[in-house]
Amino acid sequence: MIQARLQLARGAFTLDVDLALPGRGVSVLFGASGCGKTTVLRALAGLVRARGRVALGDEIWQNDACARFVPTHERALGYVIQEAALFPHLNVRGNLDYGRKRAGHTAPADGHAVDLAQVIELLGIAPLLARRTATLSGGERQRVAIARALATQPRLLLMDEPLAALDAGRKAEVLPYLDRLQAELRLPIVYVSHAIEEVAQLADHLVLMDAGRVLAAGPLAQLLGRLDLPLPVGEEASVVLTGRIGARDAPWRLARLDVHAADGAVDCSLWSRDPGLPLGRVVRVRVLARDVSLTRSAQTDTSIANQLQGTVEALADDATHPALALVRVRVRASAIVARLSWRSAQALALQPGMPVWAQVKTVALLE
Amino acid sequence: MSAADWSAVRITAALAFITTVLLLLVGTPLAWRLARSRSRLKPLWASLVAMPLVLPPSVLGFYLLLAMGPQGAVGQLTQALGLGRLPFTFAGLVVGSVLYSLPFVVQPLQQAFEGIAEPLLEAAATLRARPLDRFFSIALPLARPGFVTASVLGFAHTVGEFGVVLMIGGNIPDRTRVLSVAIYDHVEASEFDDAHRLAAGMVAFALLVLMSLYIVNRPRAERGGWAGAQP
Repeated sequence: MIQARLQLARGAFTLDVDLALPGRGVSVLFGASGCGKTTVLRALAGLVRARGRVALGDEIWQNDACARFVPTHERALGYVIQEAALFPHLNVRGNLDYGRKRAGHTAPADGHAVDLAQVIELLGIAPLLARRTATLSGGERQRVAIARALATQPRLLLMDEPLAALDAGRKAEVLPYLDRLQAELRLPIVYVSHAIEEVAQLADHLVLMDAGRVLAAGPLAQLLGRLDLPLPVGEEASVVLTGRIGARDAPWRLARLDVHAADGAVDCSLWSRDPGLPLGRVVRVRVLARDVSLTRSAQTDTSIANQLQGTVEALADDATHPALALVRVRVRASAIVARLSWRSAQALALQPGMPVWAQVKTVALLE
Repeated sequence: MSAADWSAVRITAALAFITTVLLLLVGTPLAWRLARSRSRLKPLWASLVAMPLVLPPSVLGFYLLLAMGPQGAVGQLTQALGLGRLPFTFAGLVVGSVLYSLPFVVQPLQQAFEGIAEPLLEAAATLRARPLDRFFSIALPLARPGFVTASVLGFAHTVGEFGVVLMIGGNIPDRTRVLSVAIYDHVEASEFDDAHRLAAGMVAFALLVLMSLYIVNRPRAERGGWAGAQP
């Protein structure tokens, strides 16, 4: 459990947040530029001195009530920023050793130590160890910076838009490594981002920030399904569902994803292009609201294979255009959001509590 | 060259060497503080350090002479400590040279330190490096070109000083008589051949020093965006 109560005033900007983040998985601080998410991360690291209290589990890093402030270099954390900040006078190996040597005495004794060899393998940087940092590509620099942070045996990994400086290709190169990291290492990560794609792929817990305040916080699926939040997602309104690969239709190269609720019961099944992953593998899918349409009865003469029976739960304006509505449909324990015009919504006489069929044209597999 | 001239060369070299070492010891923390300071008084400190650049050396020498004299604050201190008086001694020359060459050492160091990106020092802190450790493991190696420039300029500038030396060192053979003063004496005595030998040697020395500086501090082509400042 990571707890932080932070207050800071700087010119016209004021930060006032009270956070309780889970002690495992990825928590994403999400919001537009200037909302204070980086300041929160820097305050967690002790790089910025805000007023308040910061605690990681039973370890108190800051508590103004008893004048306690642990300096950054005594906090067992890893910190990765957009520009990587590799030391130019050391090669890759030297960068990795820098923190590892200094952190030797603070390594956790409780068995979930990070194995540097494993990290080097996970991040695919073994061939780079003897290289000078100036010769690395952006994606390589970022992977080295992540490994360097992990080599200090942190109890918490803080990442400030680690992909923002990379182009789409390099992003796609680093994202899977991040995915593997959080799957393999039992290390809580606090991740700052303004990109919904990264949120959809990485987040377990989402904190939505605006103008120095927390607008909402909770599990990812729950927050994305809320229609009352001004999520800065533009055309990309969506929900993220977690499921298992339950079956495949080999001749047609399709796979069935069984979406399950928190208790493991299957909520619904979705067919998608076969990603070639083994049966039973847990995957995350993103369903964009613009790919979902609604009908009042099951359709037989349609090309859309995924029809989910559910109940209309809420309707709201879509921020992108006044003609558009977002409709949340409850499918057992899961929620799906559809985007349609208000005219269609009225033609179907949609209202909360009404049974509908959600037609899902396509889903995006995230791992 | 006469024995007296060789003695002047030796004294000059010793003075420049000792001055440079002292200046690096004093100038490094001073430059670091100036580079990291966000104080409103920073322009005042920077101006004080730069004063010897614009003051006539005779002005500096005059005030040093007063300060180090029997009635001066420094003079009373050195006498109380049993060190005697500094004017017209080698130690006095060192004190004057340190002050006179201060900006030539502090400014390149300050620029080099200012060129070190803050995120690198923050990264070092998140990698468990204490403040002093960050200075020695990150700031010093990245400021290396600044140290080369500072050492060479401090040394060369001390070799070339004249006014301060004349004011507080006098012209005592084998003790405070340095090269620049020896050249002046030769010219006064119309010994142009002797003056030529020393003066041409100085010209060659200056050229050699500056060339080696530019060669050592040549920017490496592959140096990335985080490198220290160039001189």
